[in-house]
Amino acid sequence: MPGNTPMTELVPKHLDSASSTAPPSVKIRVRRLNFYYGPTQALKNVDFDVVTNAVTALIGPSGCGKTTFLRTLNRMNDQVPGARAEGQVHLDGTDIHGPDVDVTALRRRVGMVFQKSNPFPKTIRENVAFGLRIAGIRDVFVIEEAVEESLRLAALWDEVKDNLDGLALQLSGGQQQRLCIARALAVKPDVLLMDEPASALDPISTGKIEELIEDLKSRYTIVIVTHNMQQAARISEYTGFFYMGELIEYGPTLKIFTTPAEKRTEDYVTGRFG
Amino acid sequence: MSTDSAITSDLSPTDVGGITLTAPILSGRKSRLMRKLSLLPILTGFLTLCVVLMLVVVLWNIIAGGIGGLTWEFLTANPTEGMTKGGIFPAIFGTVFLVILMTIFAIPVGVATAIFLRYYARPDSRMARLVRVAVNNLAGVPSIVFGLFGLGFFVQFVGRGIDKAFYGGNLAFGQPAIIWASLTLAVLTLPVVIVTTEEAMRAIPRDYIEASYALGATRWQTIWHVVIPNSMAGILTGGILAVSRGAGEVAPIMFTGAAYYLPYLPAKLNDQFMELGYHVYVLSTQSPDVEKTLPLLYSTVLVLLLLTFALNALAVLIRMRLRMRYAG
Repeated sequence: MPGNTPMTELVPKHLDSASSTAPPSVKIRVRRLNFYYGPTQALKNVDFDVVTNAVTALIGPSGCGKTTFLRTLNRMNDQVPGARAEGQVHLDGTDIHGPDVDVTALRRRVGMVFQKSNPFPKTIRENVAFGLRIAGIRDVFVIEEAVEESLRLAALWDEVKDNLDGLALQLSGGQQQRLCIARALAVKPDVLLMDEPASALDPISTGKIEELIEDLKSRYTIVIVTHNMQQAARISEYTGFFYMGELIEYGPTLKIFTTPAEKRTEDYVTGRFG
Repeated sequence: MSTDSAITSDLSPTDVGGITLTAPILSGRKSRLMRKLSLLPILTGFLTLCVVLMLVVVLWNIIAGGIGGLTWEFLTANPTEGMTKGGIFPAIFGTVFLVILMTIFAIPVGVATAIFLRYYARPDSRMARLVRVAVNNLAGVPSIVFGLFGLGFFVQFVGRGIDKAFYGGNLAFGQPAIIWASLTLAVLTLPVVIVTTEEAMRAIPRDYIEASYALGATRWQTIWHVVIPNSMAGILTGGILAVSRGAGEVAPIMFTGAAYYLPYLPAKLNDQFMELGYHVYVLSTQSPDVEKTLPLLYSTVLVLLLLTFALNALAVLIRMRLRMRYAG
């Protein structure tokens, strides 16, 4: 099965020449993941290695399971009644479904940005500080510093620094989405999951989000679901193609887009279906 | 007439064995039906007008009769001369005190129930269904039954129990009092609070809840920091609707704490109190000289109506602001 490709083969060609030949380290190791919504199976035997400090794109037609897969990585699917996951998801070697795993701590390490920007109806400052406050941080200076740092990381600081007490919902769509990224970054995660973060944005805002992802990948492991083939090709090092709940093919983005091993992958990335 | 022409000549009505057939005949019937139907707008319109007229007559009657007596003195003075003169200040004070106490009891319980139903109970669980049935039936119980319940449960059971336990059997809480009346009203208005709160919680975008969980919030933190602040307008609306309902109720309080006449204002939880609705009842049926109280009666009713309308208007305003916030 293509999903079982040894890690050494996953090193993208263009990275090969630049860095050493050592295999990239794995941040999240998924083995035999099966996922069910009640009687419906949404993911079938998925094996997947998310590489540390790189961008991994998940592509596939609607309903193929890519968003479900993304949401199993921080157990957001726990919220869905009747949903259940089987198999192993290891984050830095620890099974995230283990009995002594604190799911709130997991979600602080594995942050998430949603398709539709969803800032709270609060001020910009309070949006970014939300995760810190619920983590029990009261120190005003710590919070102020984290707010500024996160907004800078999300390339939003210069646009909002004079208006931190303005309402988040008054920002533009693109700004709101970057605010959501800042909010996710404020709790200092290692991994950032992004579910089509630019699909509702105009091309300029999309460009800014893509630049931002480019900047962030040296510090964060990023997994992004996207419907946009060009976007996947532009921003990711690795790409996984899902179809009908199965991981059809997974490898370096360049290989997936130029010499895919599977016919279905080729048909999809060339736009013949989907 | 041949069957052939019956099919082809679709412009003339055709009779086949007493049964009318084909399109033009049907449309002829339809027009007869339509003529009957055109009575309906007139009939419904007339009945609607009746409803409006009734409201206008009631309001006109009350305003015309009551506006003259609506003076500053009337609003701030005690009743005098066997309630044929003076004002209704104790009744206004008692009403406000009563509904504030009622709100203090009803809102926390109502909000907690709504949170339980929405975020803790599984929607189809036996417990959730039981609570829902209870809430719906609570809303349908006649208010006099609440009055009797309040007398039996709060006054005689809880009140006497407190007296036995803390006052050595001396009468302190085992009698009609403002606390029992407000608790009885709280039970009566609980469904309003629960339903409006749940509605407000249902209106919170799922995105907010997900964002909160994704930032590592627990369920309780999500409820406290996201759900409750975002349904605050709905909770307030529920509270105001409960107040406007509760302020007009007489039956639940007449056995549980409302007084015919008191020379003092209620200051303790176990004091009795005067109340506007009950005062209207007293003026119109219990007064020694009903004729003389009539002008006062009109003005009292007007005050009660204005109070209730103002509270309803406030609820509508708050709900509009709530809608605007989510539209933006």
